[in-house]
Amino acid sequence: MALVETRDLVKKFGALTAVDHISFSVGRGEVVGFLGPNGAGKSTTMKIISGFLEPTSGKAFIAGHDSHADPITARRHLGYLPEGAPAYSDMTVSAFLDFVAGMHGMTRQKSNSRLAELVERVDLAGVWNQRIESLSKGFKRRVGIAQALIHDPDVLILDEPTDGLDPNQKHEMRSLIRSIAADKAIVVSTHILEEVEAICSRAIIIAKGRMLADSTPSELMAHAPGQGSMAVAVETAEPQRIVDLLAKQPGVDNVEITSHVNGTARFLVHSGKTKPSGAEIIRVLAKSDIMVEEVYLERARLDEVFRQITKQIAGA
Amino acid sequence: MRTIGLIFRREFAAYFATPLAAVFLAIFLALAGGMTFFVAGFFDRGQADMSGFFLWHPWLYLVLMPAIAMRLWAEERRGGTIELLMTLPVRPWQIVVGKWLAAWAFAGIALVLTMPLWITVNMLGNPDNGVILASYIGSWLMAGSFLAISACISALTKSQVLAFIGSAAVGFIFVMAGFDLVLAGLRSWAPPVVLDVVRSMSFIGNFQRITDGVLEIPSMIFFISLICFALWLNVRAIEVKKAA
Repeated sequence: MALVETRDLVKKFGALTAVDHISFSVGRGEVVGFLGPNGAGKSTTMKIISGFLEPTSGKAFIAGHDSHADPITARRHLGYLPEGAPAYSDMTVSAFLDFVAGMHGMTRQKSNSRLAELVERVDLAGVWNQRIESLSKGFKRRVGIAQALIHDPDVLILDEPTDGLDPNQKHEMRSLIRSIAADKAIVVSTHILEEVEAICSRAIIIAKGRMLADSTPSELMAHAPGQGSMAVAVETAEPQRIVDLLAKQPGVDNVEITSHVNGTARFLVHSGKTKPSGAEIIRVLAKSDIMVEEVYLERARLDEVFRQITKQIAGA
Repeated sequence: MRTIGLIFRREFAAYFATPLAAVFLAIFLALAGGMTFFVAGFFDRGQADMSGFFLWHPWLYLVLMPAIAMRLWAEERRGGTIELLMTLPVRPWQIVVGKWLAAWAFAGIALVLTMPLWITVNMLGNPDNGVILASYIGSWLMAGSFLAISACISALTKSQVLAFIGSAAVGFIFVMAGFDLVLAGLRSWAPPVVLDVVRSMSFIGNFQRITDGVLEIPSMIFFISLICFALWLNVRAIEVKKAA
């Protein structure tokens, strides 16, 4: 059974269509990355699923419960981290988490044992009795995550959980998400693409409220421009000479100069099915007394795919 | 019930999380006392009653109740916590009631702290304690009406300043509803029955009937109905914002 499902969600703010017929479903064990440029409708979609906003039309379900017709039951299955991880700044971390646990109908005993576990997992022990307003951004984000996890929900919706965190904190947050992913359905919005490769089993790309892609990160990357091309770096003053040399090789379609900085030129050798190997490239250039500094198979980057896909709609 | 209790406790504690509570209580007591002793001439009147104290309550509340209620919703909107609160398993009406109860209880504390005046009056003479009790209850209900109206207006905005000004403006109309300031604007075009209805909604008129010790019940029912209506509007305001 799909734990999260949206059917033809539409949300209009006046003349603006923020969410335009979005339908997808997420099963247990899946981590879905919700990708899109700023203002694409990611947050709005999440707000509708969580029940904070009403859709103009369409439906959203959490664990099979309509998040608008049957909001209370739906929300018992939902852990939600709104954008910016809001929390009551005048409360201490412990009072705030107690409050949220109580609102989920947890008994004192149950919430205490659950909190003890979460404190370990999210590493909040050091700030337990501190007021939330005095916490750093990283700790605030962790409080937000703890708040979303407190009732051990089936569904987690996290709106930019790593936004504003430093690299170490990002790494911790991703490990945390991975560690709880197996028995939950998780939707994570982000505009950081490496994050999708790091934690998501599926990526949904939206722009201008429309869904443009829904597949695994590796499938998406298969469509990337430059996938399978060879990248070469050479110290040279005349890059055009190297372009000419390499373009003559069998199987090479064309050669592109990607940069020329501090005397080092970088090239992308695009080719068809039969591509020259790295060894061949080194040999060809060595014959003309050219030293190769690096040669490697270019790996497609998700941000290229992302740019390509979202540009299409921006132009349309 | 448990959910309302949790909301109530959180909101009530929030008043005491900052110096706001102490400052507010000090101002309330200073103003209430100052009005009673210096403006109404408590000692000069030579009467052991509290009418000089209650007389000023509509005006005190006009300024002080919006100050209590302005943060109830505007602060949540500004801080984004409303999104957190509204996606917990709780119905909007439970939040509305819990928040209002917290503000009302806070106003109740302010009233309880004026008890020394009641003790003084009883030491100086033999006041009608039944009327005093009714006046206290009436004053608390009137405070509740101001708070319910202010909470409703607070739900419409992110800005606490706007919430305060809007609430004070609407409160002023209710306070003055029995006076020409409000009635003159209606007299030229509205039928007499509308005028009567508006006049009957005057806070000063209703409160005076309670403190005079006559016709307490209808006026108390008026305040209770007004509270219910304003809270219902508050729930509607939140639902409309959700669909917008």
